[in-house]
Amino acid sequence: MSREVIKVEHISKLYRLGQVGTGTLSHDLKRWWAVVRGKEDPFLKVGVENDRTSKKASDYAWALKDINFNINQGDTFGIIGKNGAGKSTLLKILSKVTSPTEGIIKVRGRIASLLEVGTGFHPELTGKENIYMNGAILGMTKKEIDRKFDEIVDFSGVALYVNTPVKRYSSGMYVRLAFAVAAHLEPEILIVDEVLAVGDAEFQKKCLGKMGDVASHGRTIIFVSHNMQAVQSLCKTALYLKAGQIADIGTTESVINTYMSREIRNCYSQKWDFENAPGNELAKIISAEVIPYFKDDVNIIDTSTAFDLKFEFYNAVQNQIINLSLLFYSSAGNCIFNVGTGMKTLDKGMHTGILKIPGKFLNDNIYTITLMIVKEGSSALFYLEDILTFEVVDEPRTSAWYGKWEGAVRPTLFEFELK
Amino acid sequence: MTNEKILNSNDDKWDSNITPSNKLLDLNIKELWQYRDLLFLFVKKDIITVYKQTILGPIWFIIQPILTTFVFVILFSKMAGFDTGNVPPFLFYMISITLWSYFADTLNITSKTFTDNANIFGKVYFPRLILPLSKVFSGFIKFLIQFAFFMAFWLYYTLIDKSVVSNWYILITPFLLLIMVTLGLGFGILITSLTTKYRDLTFLITFGVQLLMYGTPVAYSLTDTKVEKYKNILLLNPLTSIFEAFKFAFFGRGEFNLFWLSYSVIFTLLLLIIGIIVFKNVEKRFIDVV
Repeated sequence: MSREVIKVEHISKLYRLGQVGTGTLSHDLKRWWAVVRGKEDPFLKVGVENDRTSKKASDYAWALKDINFNINQGDTFGIIGKNGAGKSTLLKILSKVTSPTEGIIKVRGRIASLLEVGTGFHPELTGKENIYMNGAILGMTKKEIDRKFDEIVDFSGVALYVNTPVKRYSSGMYVRLAFAVAAHLEPEILIVDEVLAVGDAEFQKKCLGKMGDVASHGRTIIFVSHNMQAVQSLCKTALYLKAGQIADIGTTESVINTYMSREIRNCYSQKWDFENAPGNELAKIISAEVIPYFKDDVNIIDTSTAFDLKFEFYNAVQNQIINLSLLFYSSAGNCIFNVGTGMKTLDKGMHTGILKIPGKFLNDNIYTITLMIVKEGSSALFYLEDILTFEVVDEPRTSAWYGKWEGAVRPTLFEFELK
Repeated sequence: MTNEKILNSNDDKWDSNITPSNKLLDLNIKELWQYRDLLFLFVKKDIITVYKQTILGPIWFIIQPILTTFVFVILFSKMAGFDTGNVPPFLFYMISITLWSYFADTLNITSKTFTDNANIFGKVYFPRLILPLSKVFSGFIKFLIQFAFFMAFWLYYTLIDKSVVSNWYILITPFLLLIMVTLGLGFGILITSLTTKYRDLTFLITFGVQLLMYGTPVAYSLTDTKVEKYKNILLLNPLTSIFEAFKFAFFGRGEFNLFWLSYSVIFTLLLLIIGIIVFKNVEKRFIDVV
C-alpha cells in the first residue's frame, strides 16, 4: 500500500530575528507599501539560511527552506536533526499550529499532533473531566471519548483517583493520565514529538507498544526526535534536516548514518610537526589518535565498539621516569575516570602509549580526553586538554525501551546472573 | 470506520491543504461544527472552575450584580438623582448591570484570546474561534442565572405590584441580546488579533471598557431630561439603542428607535466580519510573534 497521505511541496518558513514586536509597525508599513506598488516584499529578499554558527546577516532567517517530501499511508516516518535544524518548525506547520511562509502541504485524513502531553489540562478539574477536555482538544469527539473512557483509565492506572482534581495528583500520575489520553487518539495521521520520553521504563514500553499498534492499523505516524535510538526502533523511513533543509531522506538506517557522519564533530586524530608540537623542554606530544575496531561496514563508534587510544610523544631527557595518565571527560564536563600506565624509565626519543578500551564498557556520550605526561608518579611534566574528542552512540537495543541508559559507564564485565 | 473509507477511495483528492494564507473570509463552519464537543467542554470548564474551592460557589454569580446594583441605586439614583420614572431604581439598575456585565465580560475575555491561550495554541490545533465562542456561551449561562433573578423581581413588580408596565417588544429582546454579545465578540476578537503584535492595546482595553460604560445608558436612560441633550452623541454608540430598547420592552420606559437599532445591527455585523477576517489572518502565524 503506497498511497500518499501527506505531500509537502516547497515549504519554507521565514522568521524574524531579534526582538519581535518592536519596530514591526514600520516594517509592516514598508512591506505594505511595497506590495501596494506591486513590488516584491523587501524583507523576504534578505533572508539567509538558518545557520546558527554564522553571524546574522539579516533580520530574517529561513527556519525551513524549500522542503519537499511525501509520506505514504501506514508509514512510520522519523524526522531527525540537531536542535535548531527546523524540526520543531516543520512539526508546527504540519500540525497547523503555525503556517508556512511559502508552499503547500496536502493532507489526506485527520491529523492529530502530540507536541506535548496534557495540553489543556486544568488543575482544578478531576481526572475524568480532564480526560474529556484533553481528548476534545486533541480532536476527539465526546462519543469517541465515551467509548474509550474505561480503556484510557485502565491504561493510565489512576482509576482510583479519577474523580479527584488533578492538582492533587503526583507528577507521575499526571503524566500517565495525560499520555493515556494521547495514546488513545485514533487519527489517520499522528504527529508525535519527543513526548514519549516521559515516565518510567514500564510506561514507556506500554506507550511504544500502543504506538506500534496504531501503526499496524494502517495509520501513519510522524515521529520527531533527536534520540537516534528511538527513531531507529520506531521508524521505517526518515528525514534528516540540517539548517532548515533536507540533508537526507530514505530508509532510517541510511539517514541515521548520514546524520552521524555529518553532525558529530569528532576529533579522532591530531598530529604535529616536531617544531610545533605542544610540550616543553622535557616532553612533547607528537600525535594522538582514536583507532576503532568496526564490525561490518558500520563506521560509527557505538557502545559495543572496542577502540584504542594511541599517543606518540617525545621524551627529551635520558632515563626519565615517566608514566602516562588519561582523563575521560563527559560532555557535561565531569571526569568519568582516570587511567594511567605504569612508571617506566625511558630513553631519550619517541615513545608510544596505547590504551585499549573494550566494547560494552563506555556509555553513550561525547568524550573528551586530557593527556598527562607524569614524572616519577608525582608531578605532571606536561598535559594537554581536549586532545581527542569522540562520540560513542547508543548501540541498537533489543528491548522496546530506549530511554537514556543511566550512568557514566555501561560495563558488562561483571557477572550478573539471573536464575 | 473512516479507515476503510480512505483505503477504498484511492482517487487523487486531498482532504485538506496547509497553505500560507486563507481566503479572505473563510469561516469553515463545517470544521467549527466538528469541534462542537470541545466548545461544550470549554463552557463546562469555565463554569465549574470559576468558583471551585469557594464556599458560596455559583451564588457569587448573583451576589456580584446585586451588590453593584445597590451601589448604583445609591450613587446614581439617590445621589446623582437620575430619574427612573415609575420604575423602581433597583429593578432599573439590575437589568442594566446584568446586560452590561455580559457585554463587558465577553469583550474583556475575548480580547485576551491569543495572549491567554498562547500555551495551548502553540501546542495543538483546533479552530481558534472555538475559544472566544465558548466565552460567549459560558457568559450566557452566567447571564441567564442573573437574568432569572431579575425576572423574579420583575414579575413581582409587573404582576403583583403593577408599577411596571411592559409590552410585546419583550419578544425581540433575545435578538437584542444576540446583537449585544456579537458586538462584544466582534470587538474582542478584533482587539486580541491586534494585540498579538502591538501590545499597547491591552492597556487601553480595560480602561476603555470602563469608560464605555458611561457612554452607554447603564446608569441612566435617554429619556431622562438631564441626558436628552447628549442623546444624538450617545446614540452613535451602537450599544445605546440596544440598552434603551431593552428597558423599553421591560419597563415601557426608554426609546425604541428602529433607525438606530438598524444602525447597531449593521455596525455589529460589519465589526464581526472585520473581526473574523483579522482573527483568521492572525491565528495562522501569531504563535511566531507572541
